[in-house]
Amino acid sequence: MNQGRPSQLIRVLAAAAVLFNVGGNYFLSVGMKSIGETVSLASFLPIFTNLWILLGISLLAGWLIAQLSLLSWADLTYVLPITSSAYVLTALLGAVSLGEHVSLSHWGGIFLIFIGVLVVGRTRPRTVHVAVQHTRGEAAHQ
Amino acid sequence: MKWILVLVIIACNATGDLLNAFGMRRHGEVKSFHPSALGRLIASVSRNRYVVGGIVAMMVGFFALLSLLSIANLSFAIPATAGSYMIETILARFFLKENVLWQRWLGAFLVAGGVALLSLP
Repeated sequence: MNQGRPSQLIRVLAAAAVLFNVGGNYFLSVGMKSIGETVSLASFLPIFTNLWILLGISLLAGWLIAQLSLLSWADLTYVLPITSSAYVLTALLGAVSLGEHVSLSHWGGIFLIFIGVLVVGRTRPRTVHVAVQHTRGEAAHQ
Repeated sequence: MKWILVLVIIACNATGDLLNAFGMRRHGEVKSFHPSALGRLIASVSRNRYVVGGIVAMMVGFFALLSLLSIANLSFAIPATAGSYMIETILARFFLKENVLWQRWLGAFLVAGGVALLSLP
């Protein structure tokens, strides 16, 4: 049961999570392409001095907070499909900004994900009981 | 190498999402996004062993993703790693006891299918 969080608010947070995720992955991709292949442990070191990668990691930290908050409000089986619109935006961003090819099958995939998000978006976000957070000592339940 | 990394990322994502969902359910609803409340949230979840475990799994997946991004296109890497949708829906049904309505099965199926199409060259 949803404990008072309006679906509209959940959708706004989901949109924020999607934007953080897409932005983070985009800047990571830009940074990784500027570094080259990293298949050994030592080759990971330049990652921590690359501004694009640091920006990407910062955005993904924002995504993590939004995602965890979302999971405290809604079911995993609601959150996962809803936030999958990030894949659509990532593919489009890759095509527009990085010059990656978007084929007919890609457009088909984008359409299916869009329909999937619409279908799940019409269900009730929460179907299970969630502990009520205490005002003081948020870790009281651990 | 490309597909081994994809498998690692899928396993880590599924484990991470499940642990995070369980951990945040035990934590309770997040009430505020004020900076001080966010600070308390971060402090709280850092003591939540399920969320910590979930984040560790996601970090392993993240480094595998970085490696994948260095050898594959973004439009392949991100969609290809989303093959875990159906697996996570099944795991959420049995481990998180979520009431997975037919709309959610259909949604997960459509998203997984869409992601598979996005993975095609």
